[in-house]
Amino acid sequence: MKNEKIFASAKQLGLVSCHDCHLLSRWPKPAHRQIALCPRCGGPLHQRKVHSIARTWALLLAAIILYIPANVLPMTVTTTLGSAQADTIMSGVSYFIHSGSWEIALVIFTASIFVPLMKFIILIYLLLSVQFKSVKRPKDRTVLYRITEAVGRWSMVDVYVVTILVALVKLGVLANIEAGPAAIYFASVVVITMIAAESFDPRLIWDVMEVDA
Amino acid sequence: MQQIACHECDLVHTVPKMAVGTSARCVRCGSVLFSIKAQSIDRTLAWTIAGLVLYGVAVSFPFLTMKSGAIMQQTALLSGMQQLFLQGEIVLATLVLLTCVLIPLLQMLILLYVFLPLKLNIRAIYAIPTFRLFQHFRPWSMIEIYMLGILVAIVKLAKIATIVPGLAVGAFGLLVIVLTCAISSIDTHLIWQRLGSD
Ligand SMILES: [Zn+2]
Ligand SMILES: [Zn+2]
Repeated sequence: MKNEKIFASAKQLGLVSCHDCHLLSRWPKPAHRQIALCPRCGGPLHQRKVHSIARTWALLLAAIILYIPANVLPMTVTTTLGSAQADTIMSGVSYFIHSGSWEIALVIFTASIFVPLMKFIILIYLLLSVQFKSVKRPKDRTVLYRITEAVGRWSMVDVYVVTILVALVKLGVLANIEAGPAAIYFASVVVITMIAAESFDPRLIWDVMEVDA
Repeated sequence: MQQIACHECDLVHTVPKMAVGTSARCVRCGSVLFSIKAQSIDRTLAWTIAGLVLYGVAVSFPFLTMKSGAIMQQTALLSGMQQLFLQGEIVLATLVLLTCVLIPLLQMLILLYVFLPLKLNIRAIYAIPTFRLFQHFRPWSMIEIYMLGILVAIVKLAKIATIVPGLAVGAFGLLVIVLTCAISSIDTHLIWQRLGSD
């Protein structure tokens, strides 16, 4: 009796866990076009996030497409005494390498290139693993999801650097920095991948395990 | 004894009464189910009030000053966002303003609004939806990332000019720490129990 009770999901037991306040309550099986509300906090209840897979795919693809202009177009345009210089994310990284600040180059590279790419790859892998009903290493996949969800926001750092530079370097004809067109694309990539990670439901990883149990 | 489902794998656990300072982890996926924190309400309130003071300093005093020869360019926390706005980057300016200025402020105001009445054993109106909103804001408050951005910008400009950090930068840096402490002293489990009990 004990074992059976311990290894059951809320969904299997006909229960639902509130996403906002974590109260466990009976799943009222709302009719079509109706939503169930949490008896404690009033938040919308669903046993699994709604259209999790489709929504995550759509957002992920949008982010991947926007990531191209974010890298090709300039993040900043610097004007010094009449001559303009456009800098992309990558040229920013190589500037820091050549000027000897490799730690900063590493920060920008990790936040702006490595993290977004890793996020794309991990989310694609998680989505496919759920869609192909993989039973391999669910715990590791959950940890992977947890990391993806936590680190994504750090990609925003380059956008903030641009914000600060734009305020500081405003010396008229002598020197001036303006935000380039890539800045808004890059910011969108970060926001959209954050929402994509949030739309993915890690409980789907475990649902396959319970069918056989 | 109460039942709780893991929010990452949905496994149902029966949790016994736990001691202060301990946390319960899911036996299957290892995620934290909840933690019981000492004097959660008092500590959160104290950090929040400290945070609001630092926030006031961070927005009103000089932020960074760039000196190059005879030229001096002084900025405030909001200068960058204002400048982006003037350059026509309205969406970008709004995004930075939300994530680094408005949401952190709202977070602290919500904490004060929900926790102060709890401390006095009364209940603020709309405390439940307000606290739900707080939880949804959490990933979108990015002052610690802005702080990293400041450091990168200082290094970037160090070659061409002298950057003098103002009082506001110090306050902003402390705010990052204080807000992190405020949020990590929240005992979410306890708050929902208190808010839900009537
Ligand atoms: Zn709830
Ligand atoms: Zn779990």
